[in-house]
Amino acid sequence: MAHPSEPEVLDQALSGIGVDEKLLVSILRKSHMRKGCSKFFCEDERQFERWNHTAIKSLKAEFKRFKDVVVLSLMHPWERDARLLKKALKKGPMQYNVIVEIACIRSSDELLGARKAYHSLFDRSIEEDLASHIQGSERKLLVALVSAYRYEGPKVKEDTARLEAKALLNAIKNNDKRNAMEDDEVVRILTTRSKPHLKEVYEQYKKFSDKTITEDLEVELLLKETVECLCTPQTYFTRVFDAALRDDADEDAKKALTRLVATQESEEMKGVATKFEGKIKERVKGAYKDVLVGMLEK
Amino acid sequence: MATLTVPSAVPSVSEDCEQLQKAFSGWGTNEKLIIDILGHRNAEQRNLIRKTYAETYGEDLLKALDKELTSDFERLVLLWTLDPAERDALLANEATKRWTSSNQVLMEIACTRSANQLLHARQAYHARYKKSLEEDVAHHTTGDFRKLLLPLVSAYRYEGDEVNMSLAKTEAKLLHEKISNKAYSDDDVIKVLGTRSKAQINATLNHYKNEYGNDIIEDLEADPKDDFLALVRSTVKCLVYPEKYFEEILRQAINKRGTDEGALTRVISTRAEFDLKIIADEYQRRNSVPLTRAIVKDTHGDYEKLLLVLAGHDEA
Repeated sequence: MAHPSEPEVLDQALSGIGVDEKLLVSILRKSHMRKGCSKFFCEDERQFERWNHTAIKSLKAEFKRFKDVVVLSLMHPWERDARLLKKALKKGPMQYNVIVEIACIRSSDELLGARKAYHSLFDRSIEEDLASHIQGSERKLLVALVSAYRYEGPKVKEDTARLEAKALLNAIKNNDKRNAMEDDEVVRILTTRSKPHLKEVYEQYKKFSDKTITEDLEVELLLKETVECLCTPQTYFTRVFDAALRDDADEDAKKALTRLVATQESEEMKGVATKFEGKIKERVKGAYKDVLVGMLEK
Repeated sequence: MATLTVPSAVPSVSEDCEQLQKAFSGWGTNEKLIIDILGHRNAEQRNLIRKTYAETYGEDLLKALDKELTSDFERLVLLWTLDPAERDALLANEATKRWTSSNQVLMEIACTRSANQLLHARQAYHARYKKSLEEDVAHHTTGDFRKLLLPLVSAYRYEGDEVNMSLAKTEAKLLHEKISNKAYSDDDVIKVLGTRSKAQINATLNHYKNEYGNDIIEDLEADPKDDFLALVRSTVKCLVYPEKYFEEILRQAINKRGTDEGALTRVISTRAEFDLKIIADEYQRRNSVPLTRAIVKDTHGDYEKLLLVLAGHDEA
């Protein structure tokens, strides 16, 4: 078997998610690889091979993953969530799904802890920051989601759940006339009811529609994610892992890998993650991979 | 400052329980004993008494009290004996029920309690009613009232002193604009009242007065018949100067023909271990008569006695 050429080795070390540090170190001294590696180096008109600008950007992101996962996993969960929320808010609408994820997947006390940490870190409450920085139709929903302190007991009222499933169906049907995300009843139900109750609402909904709530909400992505996180978190995790590990995954999707593995201690997440362990070992590299796999195997 | 007084040498819990049990036994009830004991114990002590009483006599102290007492005195004893979190949860729950519904009480609890006190009330609500306060408030209120009350009860406000003065300026201007257009339930008004810290709101209102000449409260008096506007006014008072709010409630309760015992009981029992002294001082300042004297004039019997004890009035 022929030895892979140095450019091929470089390519191998730097592609995928994360960076294969060992492989890199083994070929670092050799300078011939620049000529053969058009992925990373391009011939400049002044006769030298310069780093491809986009390649550097994505390299930075790949090297950063290890540091991010270390910092995130050593942090207190409350500080972690508070910082993630702040960052998501700063990044804007493309990242609002992170706000939904944290507000809906954490337990009532974990979310409360994040709110406390937010006070300490930023001298403001998360509610006020969300309310002042979000201008769009998601504002009502997102502010209410982070303010929730849901009852966590099993008690559920079937008739109420049925009525509320109907109300949701109505709002979804009228979505073109009035955005379901701004509908008072939709917001009330999704942001105040307990998770067991919402799971019951999810079941009851099937009696009135041949699709599930999440299927009917394909158009309203944020609402769909809200329902997913609250009622069927495994579906959410599966979707996020899948998107992160695809060949054409973008940076935001890949970042989700760090976020999920470093912040989720729930059995549900672990269960989903184990299904992806093979793909992770294949697509992810280096010390970053070791950390992820180590955390999943704990 | 609290008006509750606890003796420096407190009897042991078992002694207290024994005395209480004696107060219930036999013909009639020894109300004086109940007042002497429960009226001079703080929340931690009262909780311990309840726990020990149940262990010793196999009955919930509150149930025993319910059996023995009646009317206004009973309501006061019952509310007082509960610890602050449970008391708030009970009052809030009542306020969402049809016949006893009260947007004002919900707002009062949400705005005059500290962030942690409100949180404890929400936790007590979970334990007692097996649902969250937010779901009940959301379910039982509608329209503008829900729009205001839901954020108020869900808030976990920042409690530090950090204030952003330029934000105060911007928001004072915003409020002035909305109020001038009578847009009292506008999203931005709700945002300020429902999420900002009390210190920040205070700074905003100070700026409002500096800039526009009027106290925001004056500008919120446009329509005396507008219930929602009245609620917004009270919300502002509760957030920024609660003692003035409570003084007004007490004054109205006492001056009302026949007295509003519900309000009187609620204010005395919920503030005695917090800031009733400040409220009483405000009452005297505003009405030229001590609160205790007004209580004596307006109430009687054991109800009056316990009110006075809780208001710090030393009985001879």
